[in-house]
Amino acid sequence: MTDTSSLPTTRAFPTARPAGCPFDPAEDYARFRTEESLTRVSCPAGIDAYLLSSYDEVRALLNDPRLSSRAAVSTHVVLDRDLDAPTVPGSILHLDGPAHARLRRMLTPEFTVKRMQALREYVRGLIDERIDAILAKGGPVDLYQEFALPIPSLVICELLGVPYADRDRFQAQSSILVSTDAAPELMAATSQEVQQYIAGLVMTKMAEPADDLLSRLIQRGNESETPLTLEELIVLGLSLLVAGHETTANMIGLSTLALLRNPEQLAALREDPSLAESAVEEMLRYLSIVQFGLLRNATEDIEFGDETIRAGEWLVAALASGNRDESVFPNAEKIDLRRNPTTHLAFGFGAHQCIGQQLARVELQEVFSRLYQRIPTLRLAVPFEEITFKDNALAYGVRGLPVTWDA
Amino acid sequence: MRITLDEETCIGAGQCVLAAPEVFDQRDSDGIAVLLTETPEEDQRAAVADAAIRCPALAIRITG
Ligand code: HEM
Ligand code: SF4
Repeated sequence: MTDTSSLPTTRAFPTARPAGCPFDPAEDYARFRTEESLTRVSCPAGIDAYLLSSYDEVRALLNDPRLSSRAAVSTHVVLDRDLDAPTVPGSILHLDGPAHARLRRMLTPEFTVKRMQALREYVRGLIDERIDAILAKGGPVDLYQEFALPIPSLVICELLGVPYADRDRFQAQSSILVSTDAAPELMAATSQEVQQYIAGLVMTKMAEPADDLLSRLIQRGNESETPLTLEELIVLGLSLLVAGHETTANMIGLSTLALLRNPEQLAALREDPSLAESAVEEMLRYLSIVQFGLLRNATEDIEFGDETIRAGEWLVAALASGNRDESVFPNAEKIDLRRNPTTHLAFGFGAHQCIGQQLARVELQEVFSRLYQRIPTLRLAVPFEEITFKDNALAYGVRGLPVTWDA
Repeated sequence: MRITLDEETCIGAGQCVLAAPEVFDQRDSDGIAVLLTETPEEDQRAAVADAAIRCPALAIRITG
């Protein structure tokens, strides 16, 4: 039994955004940030956790090797999840220490700045093709379905080496997987199909290596002392898809909506596409789409200020709160595309910081410097109040984005 | 200014390469950061400081 008498009062984990402000995190965070002692919250998953809400706390926590990621990313808000379930081999997000480093080191060469820059031309071509298709179709269109969702999934196809003939189908299935409103049966069936597809792809690459991420990963594993197993390779492939598709799609959709609501900022970006780099960092900071933060578990007692966090306790790093910390980002509640807040927390911090971040940056920078230039009169095709949001999803975003423009 | 880089803790996130491309690069073989110089010119100080604060593994140290 743990002695709980010294623990601070427990509050509900904040999930609801302020009424009418779909871009702002829950109001409670601002209060929590100013409190001296650690904040205790009870989470939807049925556990109590310490909530780290200031920028410095979030960074310190995420860089502490005494904390385990075994129930990451935001399992504290997932109902009916067994928090003590064993970690699946290959699940890079959930492994710790040397087991994590082994996988991470096999993947890092695939995501270097240089390699991702080399993909830029391809990404730009893809974006231009999609814009051409949208313009040819004519408004109104759902920009989320027709643009935000396909781009990141087609980029992952290119990365993994999915044959061209399979890409449309793969894209459609992966969009079902990340949707928040598909029927459970369709979801289960699709998930099965995608898993089988990736398994088949891995086996093909084992038999006939080509010039792609999966083939090189297999080879790198074989050259190491502990080759990657088939199961690990499948889980890694799926992890890249799951972690890289919906996140980037949500950033495209939600950023576009936020910019349409801030026309002077959008105009600045349209007139000066060289702002795209800084604009991407600012939108990542401002929107913090991994909305419920990252869950960690203490593997030993940890002194935190005057308090001791006991081994076994849960902790949540509130990325969205740290990114609105006024002591680091003055006027944090305002979008300022010139701010260039490169130290934001939207990709996490520490050993698990997003491995795909340089790819996400290239995709978002290319969207930011193409979409608004090529469709300068882009606007919502419905009243703002009719846009619905993924309030309960781990990655926040719009459910759809009907837009139109002057033909 | 002198900098050191801890290759063991580096997780290859590439933040340093974005912040100070004249000082940091990533190895093609494993994605881990490498120093192009251990003693950058003074005009690189701001960029190197930015790299150090952005590094998610706190692998970059600046002395002097
Ligand atoms: C804007 C888009 C994205 C956002 C906001 C985002 C956010 C994050 C965050 C917060 C983490 C840390 C999780 C933790 O510490 O528990 C993470 C990890 C990860 N992300 Fe991303 N991500 C994005 C795009 C991508 C892309 C495009 C890919 C790959 C194609 C990707 C692949 C991964 C992987 C594999 C991990 C696990 C890394 C590890 O555990 O070492 N992400 N991402
Ligand atoms: S920023 Fe840090 S972790 Fe990332 S590549 Fe550079 S040294 Fe390595």
